[in-house]
Amino acid sequence: MIIARNVSKKFNGINAVNDISFEVKEGQTLVFLGTSGCGKTTTLKILNRLIEPSAGEITIDGKNILSLKPEILRRGIGYVSQNNSLFPHYTVAENIAIVPNLLKWGKEKTSERANALLTQLKLPVTEYANKYPDELSGGQKQRVALARALVSDPPVLLMDEPFGALDPITRASIRKEFLELPELKSKTIVLVTHDVQEAFELGDQICLMDKGIIVQTGTPEELIFKPVNEFARNFFSHQRLQLELSALKFNSIWSSLSDASPAPTASLNSNQSLWEGMEMLSEKNEDVLIVRNSEDGSLKEISIQTIQSVYLENKRNR
Amino acid sequence: MNEQLNLVQFMLQQSDKLLDQTIAHIGLTCISLLIAVTIGLPLGIWIADKKRVAWFVLGIAGILQTIPSIALLGFMIPILGIGALPAISALFLYALLPVIRNTYTGITGVDPAITESARGMGMNKWQILFNVEIPLAMPVILAGIRTATVINVGVATLAAYIAAGGLGEFIFGGIALNNTNMILAGAIPAALLAILLDFLLSLFQKANLKKMRKVSLILPVLLILFSSFYIIPYTSEKVLAGFTPEFMGREDGYLGLKSKYQLDIPTVVISDAVMYKAAFEKKLDVISGYSTDGRLKAYDLVTLEDDKTIFPPYYAAPLIRHDVLEKYPELQPVLEILSGVINDSIMTELNYRVDYQKQLPEKVALDFMLEKGLYKKPQSGAGTETVRLGSKIFAEQYILINMYKMLIEGNTKLKVVTRTGLGGTKICFDALTNNEIDMYPEYTGTGLLVILKPDKITLDPIIGNREKVFDFVQKEFSDQYKLSWLKPIGFNNAYALMMRRSQAQSLRIKTISDLKNYLSNENHQH
Repeated sequence: MIIARNVSKKFNGINAVNDISFEVKEGQTLVFLGTSGCGKTTTLKILNRLIEPSAGEITIDGKNILSLKPEILRRGIGYVSQNNSLFPHYTVAENIAIVPNLLKWGKEKTSERANALLTQLKLPVTEYANKYPDELSGGQKQRVALARALVSDPPVLLMDEPFGALDPITRASIRKEFLELPELKSKTIVLVTHDVQEAFELGDQICLMDKGIIVQTGTPEELIFKPVNEFARNFFSHQRLQLELSALKFNSIWSSLSDASPAPTASLNSNQSLWEGMEMLSEKNEDVLIVRNSEDGSLKEISIQTIQSVYLENKRNR
Repeated sequence: MNEQLNLVQFMLQQSDKLLDQTIAHIGLTCISLLIAVTIGLPLGIWIADKKRVAWFVLGIAGILQTIPSIALLGFMIPILGIGALPAISALFLYALLPVIRNTYTGITGVDPAITESARGMGMNKWQILFNVEIPLAMPVILAGIRTATVINVGVATLAAYIAAGGLGEFIFGGIALNNTNMILAGAIPAALLAILLDFLLSLFQKANLKKMRKVSLILPVLLILFSSFYIIPYTSEKVLAGFTPEFMGREDGYLGLKSKYQLDIPTVVISDAVMYKAAFEKKLDVISGYSTDGRLKAYDLVTLEDDKTIFPPYYAAPLIRHDVLEKYPELQPVLEILSGVINDSIMTELNYRVDYQKQLPEKVALDFMLEKGLYKKPQSGAGTETVRLGSKIFAEQYILINMYKMLIEGNTKLKVVTRTGLGGTKICFDALTNNEIDMYPEYTGTGLLVILKPDKITLDPIIGNREKVFDFVQKEFSDQYKLSWLKPIGFNNAYALMMRRSQAQSLRIKTISDLKNYLSNENHQH
């Protein structure tokens, strides 16, 4: 649980971050979204004191971050920096062992944990542990960077444009892996991005920032359907249809869908968005697909037509 | 000693000296490098963090780098005396800039994203420095150390000028003695040394990023190992001699002192530019000077009488090509006007004004000519024909060449250009025979021993006699090189051993034999 109250940061008299407050609940993902220079990265770096705040108070699990030595604080927080920033002179295994070494773990424990993570991230230990970063692909580097941040099992994870260096295709697939990674399900995550699609996919909550202040905080659905001002509305105008469909989960329109016969297997679950449903329909070239409710297991049918009508109905009602 | 040795024979014959010099050379290079790395590396790291002092520190190191090496060694003498200490200090200052600058560049060149991620993971300042910044900057730092090494191997040859040894002893001895084998015996090992050390360091540099952690351990160990080759020569002798590289290699120098006088004296090799001062400052007790040198007067030194006449006469006279004399017959009488006008003490006095009172050679020459009534206004613009006068690179020659210029311009219609500061005998002589200059003042003894190099049988009957030497060189130069020796000026700028007047008096030493006796008595008492 992270609570930030009235945090500000001045650089040479200019407010990079101006009196912002936010909360991240345990196990949730908060995304800071905004254009370059809006203060989102500064805000992230204030959380592990890579940048010292000029004013305000931040607590992580009830502890004021200023009460700890910065190094000690950081060792307890996972950090994935922009462009992965693996140490080029360290092997994959050595890169992952950095934080355990700082925490003075034994060799056994470190390699056991590193191996477990590498396996989970689909990097076979025998093949990759002794490779150097320049021998890896972009996606592989990103996974190593993630393993490096997760190795000491920190409750909080900070990620600064973690997929920024990847091409769009790798980016989408790594994001998917990321969502499914069991390690990450329980983490409290703060993530910075300028990619709206990414924010909508990963964020439980999104803070839309501009010029050092938070314009709006809310779920993706709230941001796209209830913008608080002109800026928020314009921010999403570019891909509005896709974003609206992404923001709507099957859960929230469950009652509008027609029941499916119990026999067929489900292709989707109700936590997924209408956009994902449409993509899958198009990808599989099917007229109808089945969605399973992730709470009660009930099944519903979807088709392009039903999604379209449900979407329009939903929009009209707002 | 006259048969021509080839290079290999020379190196074999001198292998003891060569080995000593090479070891001293490696030692000087590595010790200074070690100190430069010990100081430059932390300094570079420190300024990488402090941009404001960086330009200042780099600026100072840069200025040090631009001081000519000879000048830097010269500055060291008053502070640190002669020997290894000032040499190492000067080399250290030269090695400093590449080490500091490359460390600075290397550290500041580390991707800030990487150091930030290191910070983000909870590394402290020192952990980042040693685990991230230094290993990543290591290839650049090593490149700096390589540069510094090659510079130092080169500059260390100059250490021979201030009695610190090294391969420069052969190189400068060889230049002075016109002995190509000797030059090469010093220059080739020096070049090989530079290549070898550079190659060794390049191996480290190529060891990719991943092995940098090991390199940063091995390198200092190796440097210390190499440095330990060189045990700083330390003398606690009562009487220490400092001789020029040239003197060391000459029959009418150190070799003659040993064979004819059986003089056995602890000796260091030193440049004549700093020798007199070192004697004055009691760093040295006996030096090999020139009998008309102005510094003799300036530093209150006395010459020891050469009672067994090993030093041949060195009477200065204009040396000129036959074809010039034929073309301008009016030149010869003009160039001989000075004959009989300047004796030893006058020349010493004139040299003193230039060397010590820092008067310009032109002024000293003019004053003297006016005083003697020899000055005439130049017949300027009268003719278009030009004669080119050359001189070696010391005060006496500068003064003489200015006098000749005034005489020629005052008494003939010829114009004069001067090429002063030609490095040594060989350079002047070659310039004269190759028609790049027309005349320069040479010394009879130099002509005899450095250019003609007759065998012992020819040499022995004439060496002690002024007229015989002059007649011999005049005939041989005319026959062999078509050069003429005109009438000698009158002073004898011969080699001489010198001591401080006070010390010579208190030890009652007046001749070289006295010195020899004093030294053998001292040795017996031990």
